[in-house]
Parts: sequence; structure tokens; C-alpha cells
Amino acid sequence: MGIFAKIKDALKRTKDVIAYRLGKLFTGGVLNDEFYDELESILLSADIGSETTESILDDLKKATDKKMLTKPEQIRTELKRIMCEILDFELPEETYPLVILVAGVNGVGKTTSIGKLARNYKRAGKSVTIVAADTFRAAAADQLTIWAERAGVRIVKQSEGSDAASVVYDALQSAKSKGTEVTIIDTAGRLHNKVNLMEELKKIDRVIDREFPQAMRLNYIVLDATTGQNALSQVDLFNEAIDIDGIILTKLDGTAKGGVVLAIAGEEEVPVVYVGVGEGIDDLEKFDAADFVDAIVGDR
Amino acid sequence: MGVFSGLGEKLKHVFGKLANRGKLDEYEIKQAMREIRIALLEADVNYSVVKDFIAKVSERAKGEEIVKSVTPGQQVVKIVSDELTELMGTKNAKLDVASKPPTVIMMCGLQGAGKTTMCGKLAALLKKQGKKPLLVACDIYRPAAIDQLEVVGRNAGTEVFAKGTQKPVKTAEQAVKYALSMGMDTVIIDTAGRLHINDDLMRELEDIRRALKPTEILLTVDAMTGQDAVTVATAFNDRLDITGVILTKLDGDTRGGAALSIRAVTGKPIKFCGTGEKIADIEPFYPDRMASRILGMGDVVSLVERAQEAMDEETMKRMEKRVKDATFTLDDFLIQFDSLKKMGGISEIMQMLPGMGRFNISDKDIDEKRIERFKAIINSMTKKEREHPEIIKSSRRRRISAGSGTTIQDVNQLLKQFEQTRELMRKMKNNKGRLPF
Repeated sequence: MGIFAKIKDALKRTKDVIAYRLGKLFTGGVLNDEFYDELESILLSADIGSETTESILDDLKKATDKKMLTKPEQIRTELKRIMCEILDFELPEETYPLVILVAGVNGVGKTTSIGKLARNYKRAGKSVTIVAADTFRAAAADQLTIWAERAGVRIVKQSEGSDAASVVYDALQSAKSKGTEVTIIDTAGRLHNKVNLMEELKKIDRVIDREFPQAMRLNYIVLDATTGQNALSQVDLFNEAIDIDGIILTKLDGTAKGGVVLAIAGEEEVPVVYVGVGEGIDDLEKFDAADFVDAIVGDR
Repeated sequence: MGVFSGLGEKLKHVFGKLANRGKLDEYEIKQAMREIRIALLEADVNYSVVKDFIAKVSERAKGEEIVKSVTPGQQVVKIVSDELTELMGTKNAKLDVASKPPTVIMMCGLQGAGKTTMCGKLAALLKKQGKKPLLVACDIYRPAAIDQLEVVGRNAGTEVFAKGTQKPVKTAEQAVKYALSMGMDTVIIDTAGRLHINDDLMRELEDIRRALKPTEILLTVDAMTGQDAVTVATAFNDRLDITGVILTKLDGDTRGGAALSIRAVTGKPIKFCGTGEKIADIEPFYPDRMASRILGMGDVVSLVERAQEAMDEETMKRMEKRVKDATFTLDDFLIQFDSLKKMGGISEIMQMLPGMGRFNISDKDIDEKRIERFKAIINSMTKKEREHPEIIKSSRRRRISAGSGTTIQDVNQLLKQFEQTRELMRKMKNNKGRLPF
């Protein structure tokens, strides 16, 4: 099953409800206030947030007037275009050696995503090392070790409670000497408003810059799709601490839609790069705006 | 949500131009309801819950007479706050205890909600209350989940019952027997995180429930959850008839509207919340305080309680007098820093202050390291300098900065901040003790 079939399948249960409402809406025929109210409620319940929802609807109304659209089906197409535009970013081409730093709040699925990411690169024929720099959470390194085994990649770790930046330092030295192409660093989950923990993250970021300047850098934040408007604050503060290059959106296999990434794309200009759609090691794929939007607003 | 200002202020803005009048008119109420709606949505309260809520508040606001001395804005906030509190439940709901031991507590929830950590916190809390808890590892799916529970159990000083990857229901049953034979009175079962739409795993929970008839089935929910909280809570409640909810990660800057949504759709009380990384960071849940948080109105009650815990009564009285008389010295400043630390750090306190919600609490201005520096500076001052900071001129500044290992700029900064604090206190004095926000 292709990934988009998978996403759609994963989103199906929610989609059924939303698609039903949308289907009813878009085949209703009348473009009145009620139509827009219903549309608003659909966007809001996808966690898109009141501000972004309002701006999407404003754009939609403007476009509808300008293009003199009268059929709900045309409006659906227009709505998708607007949403896709918000989510559309040009991503830089990856070069090697590559160092990927993965951060995020607690429980969003960082370690799992790293396992999947490692597997992707391994499959693409790259040499991969994952680094257990989450030295805080109980048994985090054990969990990552299991993922490393599943993905068939090397892992660098130290004992629990050791200094995260020094684990990273060691890992980078070995990556340099071994000529590792992709180094993926797992960090401890931290709430974005804890100053001390964010300082620790900045330190890791500096260590990579200093020790491995020839490597391409990518900093990813992992977001849980069930998270609401707080995700904005998360991206904002992580971005302030270490420049964030992209989002890994996890847990899209539940009923949550992760619509908050639209608000994030609009306000923080951080793109979604990957989506996690299941618990298996292959359930991580490149993000595709059109398919993501289709999965939210229906594609018939 | 750094940019989000408290609802109170937004409403003040809506009503700002109004003269005192006996009643609010339709238009004003509509405007106010719009602000409330946005505030609730931004706080992640579920869309349909918001809709019902607005209808109810709107109805009340239309009928309500405005008390002469208060502004219409405050009156509306009061109505909203009352209704929210009522919706959330008014009292703190305690943990139920089985009439015949052991009390079985079953924890459930989505992946990453913080179940395992919360199991440890709960065990530590019960231990502190004189109970004898046993932790049971029934998460056989997530890699290293059992290891994690074992570490957590060690931190909580609680035994962990683990049987590898055998069927969870079997492990749970054995654990209860074991607890009975060892004279333990509470069994806490850590189950695997699962999606509410995963039928097989949900059935596994039903099996445990049927076999053990737990006294408490607690759904652990991440406080940052968005609109989906309702779907998740409903699904768990429908299949397991949960007895309550635990809200985790409330030490973040989320407004936690999920709490309201869950309460509204399930009718089940929220019993505890997780407020930090340490094993002791668990608190009983107070619905009324949560109502203020959702609205961005601050949590003054919790703040006062923490202040009381952090300062002994005598220091408190002395401080009160100093503040009242505006005879606050650098020594008092030092004491304040210490108590601030005990109260959980400045960022946490900022969040509880009314009107402070809109400030970015990770602001460098409240960096805890800076506080340490300030403390070092004050410690390098003579008694006279601390009491009369105005005598600190350039040569004294040089000496103090050298003595504390800081720069002259740091010393200047401290003195400036101290002066600002004194100024604030003078204002408070004129304002009869109320914060001038």
C-alpha cells in the first residue's frame, strides 16, 4: 500500500465524519453564511486554529468573488489550492555528511521517528549512526537501541545521566573517522518553556557546528498530530533556540488531523518534512501537501 | 501561545469605550462572545463544546444586571468564569479506595501521554500518604517500556511487578495476588499506549478491566491535546467507563482547554495533574484554577499557596510589612530570589500571575542563571550597601563586580531592577496592595 493510501486509510475514520459533512456541504448548492459557518467549523475541528481558519476563509471568499465561483465543488478546489499554497515549501537538497538533530517535547515520538528515519536512509544505501543523547528519560537509550537493531544501524550511547553534549561530541568524532554519511541525534524530550533544558539543546547545537562544520545540518522538531494550538508555541520556542528546518508530524494514524501545521507554516514558516502514520518501522514518509490537504478536506 | 493575551484584557478592550450603563446591548454581547469564542478555541477547547458554552453564557449575559461598581467587561468575565468552573466541576475529586484491598488503579491512554512517568508519580504520592503500592508492567509492546517502569519504580521506592511479554491480563492478575500476599494495599497497572481506534488493543484493556474490576480507571491525557481530545476521551470512556482523568505536562505553556472538553463530553472528573519532570511533580486537580488558566486569567490561588510553602510565616510577615511600607532592601530582594526558586522558578510563577499570560515566559529577562548572578552580587555587598543601595557609586560597583565575579554591567542591571521593583511596590502601596496590571 502506498503511503498516501496509507495516510488516507489512517485518516479514514475521521475523514468519514468530515468527508461526510464536507460532501453534504459541497453538494448542497447554496453559498450562504451557513455554508461558510459549516466550513469554518470543519477547519477549526481539524486544529487549524481560529486565526488561520479566519485567514483561509477570507482568502477563499475573495477568490470566490474574483473568479465568480458559484458551485460548491469549485470552492472545494479553491479551498485546497489555498491550503496547499500555505504548506508548500522548497526543501534544500541533502548532501553528505549529514547531521540531523531531532528535538521536541516529551512523548511526541522522537525516538520512534528516529528509528524510522534511520531505516529510510539505510534503505537508500547510506551509512547511518544514531546517537542516544536522551540521557534523561529512564531507559531511553534502551528503547533507541532496539530501534537501531530493527533498522540495522550503528548506535552511540553512554550511561544514563551523562552529559548529552558529550555523547554528541563522541559520536561526531567517530562519525568523522568512520566517514558516516548520516548521523541522527535523539535528544531528551523537553517542554519548550524550560529555559535550562533549552540551553542544553543550544549547547548540543553548538557542539555540532564546532565539531563537524563540513557536514550539512538539519534540525527537526517532532510534533504530535494530536497537539492543539500549543504546537505553535513549541515551534516558536524551539526555533528560537536552534533554527528548525522542518517538522516531523507523528501519530497521524489516529483520528487527529494535525491541522495546526497550517498555522505553523503561515506564522513560523517551518515546513512539514515527514509524516508518521503507524507503529511499523516503514511508517514514515515524505510529506506531500496536496495529499495532506486531500486527507483533511476530501478528494471527491 | 506567547502572543495570546488574557481574555480579561481583550474584553476590557471590547467594553473599553463604553460608558457605565445598566445593561449590555445585543451588539456588545455579540462582540464579547466572539472574543470568548476565540479565547476558548485558542486554548484548544473543542469546537462543539465552545459552541454550547457560548450559547449558555450569552443567554446569561443578556439577562444579567450589571453591578454598579464593576465594568461590564469584568461582569462578563465573571459569568464566563462561573460557567467554566461549573462545567469543570467545583471540587477536587479524590482517588477512590477499595473497601476490600487491594485498590486497583488501571492507567490507560494514547502513546506518549505520560502514563509510565505518571504511574511512578502516583506510587510516590501514595507512599507518602502511608500506602503500600505495587507497580505492574503491562506495556509489552513499546521497546524498553518495562525497563522504564523499573527505573521509575526505583525512583519512587516502589516494587515493580513484571513478567516480560506474557499476556497483560495474566500479569495483572498475578500482580494482584502477589500484592495481597505481600500485604500491599494498592496496585497500579501501567498499560501500553494505544490508539482509541485500535480495536485489538482496546479489547485487551477491556479484558483487564473485566478480570480485575479496578477501583479506578484513569485516562492519562496530554494537556497540550487539541480538538481530538474529545474523540479520544469518548472512545476510552465508551469502552472502559473510566473513573477519572489525569492531565499531564501541565508545566508547559498550554492553556489546557482539553481538560474542559473532556470533562464536558465524559462528565468524568480530572483527578490529578503532572507539573514537572521530577517524581514529586504531581498535584491534585482544582477545576476553578484551571478555568482561570484556560481564560488566561492567572492562577493566583496556586501562587499564594506556593508562596506560603516557600516562605515561613515570619519572613512572610516581615516581607509584607516591607512591601506595605515600601522599605524594601536588597536583603529582602535576596530572600525573594530564594523563595522564588523554592516556588518553582520564575517562569512558573509568571504563568500564574494574572495578565502575565501574554508574556513570553522563556524570555531571557527571567533566565534563572541571571538570578544566580544577582544573588552572587548581593552577597558581595556590605550590610550598609544592601540597606542603602543609593550609596553604591562607581568604586563600590567595581569592588562588588570583582568580588562576585560579574561585570559592572551586571551590577548596574541588578540595581536597576531593584529600583524598578521598589517602584512597583510604591505603586502597589498606592493601589492598596493590588498589582497594577
